[in-house]
Amino acid sequence: MIDTKDRTFRVGAGITAFMLVLILLGALWTPYDPNAMNAAEKMASPSLRHLFGTDNFGRDIFSRVLQGTGSTFLIALCSVGLGLLAGLLIGGLTGFYGGWVDEVLMRLNDSVTAFPSLLLALVLIAVFHSGRYNIILALGIIFIPSFARIVRTEVARQKALDYVANAKLMGVKDMRILFVHIMPNILPVLLSSVAIGFNNAVLAEASMSYLGLGVQPPDASLGRMLSEAQTYLLRAPWYALFVGLAIVLLVLGFGLLSEGLGGDGHA
Amino acid sequence: MKKRILALVLAVLMTAALCACGGGKSPAAQPSDTPIGSAGEKAQGGEITVGIAADLDTSLDPHVSSSSAGTREVLFNIYEGLVKPDTDGNLIPAIAEDYTVNETADTYTYTLREGVRFHNGKTVTVGDVVYSLTRAAGLETGEPLVAELGGIAAVEAKDGKTVTVTLKKPDAEFNAYMHAAIIPEGIDPAAEVVGTGPFRFVSRTPQDNIVLEKFADYWGTGAMLDKVTLKVIPDGQTMVMSLRSGAIDMTNHLTASQIADLQDLTILEGGSNIIQALYLNNDFEPFRDVRVRQALCYAIDREGVIDLANDGHGIPLASSMIPSMGKYVVPELLELYKPDPEKAKALLKEAGYEKLRFTITVPSSYPAHVDAAQVIVEQLRAAGIEAEINLVEWATWYDETYKGRQFESTVVGMDTHSLAASGCLARFQSESGKNFINFKSAKYDETYQKALATVDDTEQTALFKECETILAEEAANVYIQDSASFAVMQKDIAGYVFYPALYIMDLSTVYRVQ
Repeated sequence: MIDTKDRTFRVGAGITAFMLVLILLGALWTPYDPNAMNAAEKMASPSLRHLFGTDNFGRDIFSRVLQGTGSTFLIALCSVGLGLLAGLLIGGLTGFYGGWVDEVLMRLNDSVTAFPSLLLALVLIAVFHSGRYNIILALGIIFIPSFARIVRTEVARQKALDYVANAKLMGVKDMRILFVHIMPNILPVLLSSVAIGFNNAVLAEASMSYLGLGVQPPDASLGRMLSEAQTYLLRAPWYALFVGLAIVLLVLGFGLLSEGLGGDGHA
Repeated sequence: MKKRILALVLAVLMTAALCACGGGKSPAAQPSDTPIGSAGEKAQGGEITVGIAADLDTSLDPHVSSSSAGTREVLFNIYEGLVKPDTDGNLIPAIAEDYTVNETADTYTYTLREGVRFHNGKTVTVGDVVYSLTRAAGLETGEPLVAELGGIAAVEAKDGKTVTVTLKKPDAEFNAYMHAAIIPEGIDPAAEVVGTGPFRFVSRTPQDNIVLEKFADYWGTGAMLDKVTLKVIPDGQTMVMSLRSGAIDMTNHLTASQIADLQDLTILEGGSNIIQALYLNNDFEPFRDVRVRQALCYAIDREGVIDLANDGHGIPLASSMIPSMGKYVVPELLELYKPDPEKAKALLKEAGYEKLRFTITVPSSYPAHVDAAQVIVEQLRAAGIEAEINLVEWATWYDETYKGRQFESTVVGMDTHSLAASGCLARFQSESGKNFINFKSAKYDETYQKALATVDDTEQTALFKECETILAEEAANVYIQDSASFAVMQKDIAGYVFYPALYIMDLSTVYRVQ
């Protein structure tokens, strides 16, 4: 059992590392300006000049995939970060103190979970208007409930353990117990849900940008590019293929990573 | 988690399979199809589904002049005026059989055609005509609903079949506005859709569809089809996919890049009859300075936009005039701003806006405008101008940008309401309700009014041309093109015709080949 898990973890880590290198590369250097258009090279098929070919404006798809992956990654990371931070606060406090605040917040939490998440994101975007930062905000809000619930359950479980009682008897302040003593112990559980959350965020960003609500043109993001590629599926199949591949690798890497981390095998 | 990964792998395989299928299908492998309408038999009857990019306006009142072009092109099938445009750019008698103008061009007399019926079965009477024109011209309220009809002083029924329209001042072009819809007396068209056109309105589901049915008692050559369902498909890619899958039979206004994957369907090319431009809110702080607006004109290369966004299928424009309205076009204006990023930079520096930033609002349901905007952003970047695209839904664009005038700039196409030059130019008068770019020029207002009051055709044309020159010199907007428009339909659909100058989708001539 441990062995398979370990292998899954390694493959996941490998793919993720590969993608991270690509993202880093994209941030520092791209073979062409990702937004530069060239009327003479519209819809060129993959070649040495253009590794992934060019799109309908003659833009280099490889450069755009590099930039778009980074853009999608950053949005996913920030929205998960936002959700996690808020989730830690809400879940930690409600789990630790319980009482009516716990009841109210958790019911509120449930009501947010009751909405299909993408629909809720669409509603939030309708309120905030579309754009890169608003997408982060909208997705972040959607991730709060799941993190809050996980953190709350874990904190409530840890609270009953002896080491917390000891700390209390020694007169350690509540906040310190919660964030310094309890938090490190729930990290393993949190880590795998962060990885899953990250995957969902990548896919959600892709869906939102695909619907034209996320990253605004001409900037690249994987979802945005996939939506553009759809029109040219027959004439330029490589367009959709490479963009789709980038999404798959990004999600697959983190998926395997989280599976490797899952349960009590690691950490 | 295992399941999730399995699903992912499956998704990849499916994508690959899809692409493989697509790649293997070359157009040459298709069996050769019968040419349109020659070998196939014209079949009366049947029904088709037509894709439209934006839902119609909330109100289908044909007299609301701020209505969107997309609404008017559909209403063309339902409503008719005393005269109507034909495919050669002329006005032909419709509800009126004939008309006469007096020598001073201020009284028009229309003789009604006999036996024209409304969709509710009633015959059109002079009372209906007087009611419709009085309503549209706002004779009772003082506020004309159709701005062009503001020049009407009185509408009177002379006898059972003659109506005279008296104008406040002579207007030789006036007949061009008389395609204003005739509706039954006493009916509020915002609540009830009753016209005399070849199709009658059946039902409407907001955001989804509009159903039209053949009007059997039509006075002229009626519609070929029995029923047309107009399906609202706001997303350009979905529109293309729907055509491929056969979910819709036809659509118009596709772009050159959209038809790339539709080569095995029937594709007809025509003019869009729109003035596509980067419309500038002349009230937005930086754009109040004419030098900034001119700088944008120098920074943007319209030929480049046409090449990149439309594969070269477009007619470059330099001012607000539809190119097919030949005699009014001023081709010299195209020479006014030659693409020159350095000159743009210099002008901006002079105006004190070296770091110019602004947003371009674009209605997302029109790929033609989204693509053009992307190219424009790139061109502006070369001149050191930072423009950001903000995609909005059509309804938002219409309410906030067009009606609310809350925008900095927008890429969109403007059409004309009539075959008269004023259809393109009236909106730029300082006080016009349709002047959404807040253009203000006393000289323009004066020249335009003078043109309207001129009876002599040559003199009037010269004045309208001067109006266009003012728009170009003042750089009211950055004019781009009248892009080519592609109507695409399944192989068994034929008969679609383009109209010059006007934004029209005539469904009456469309038929199924058998």
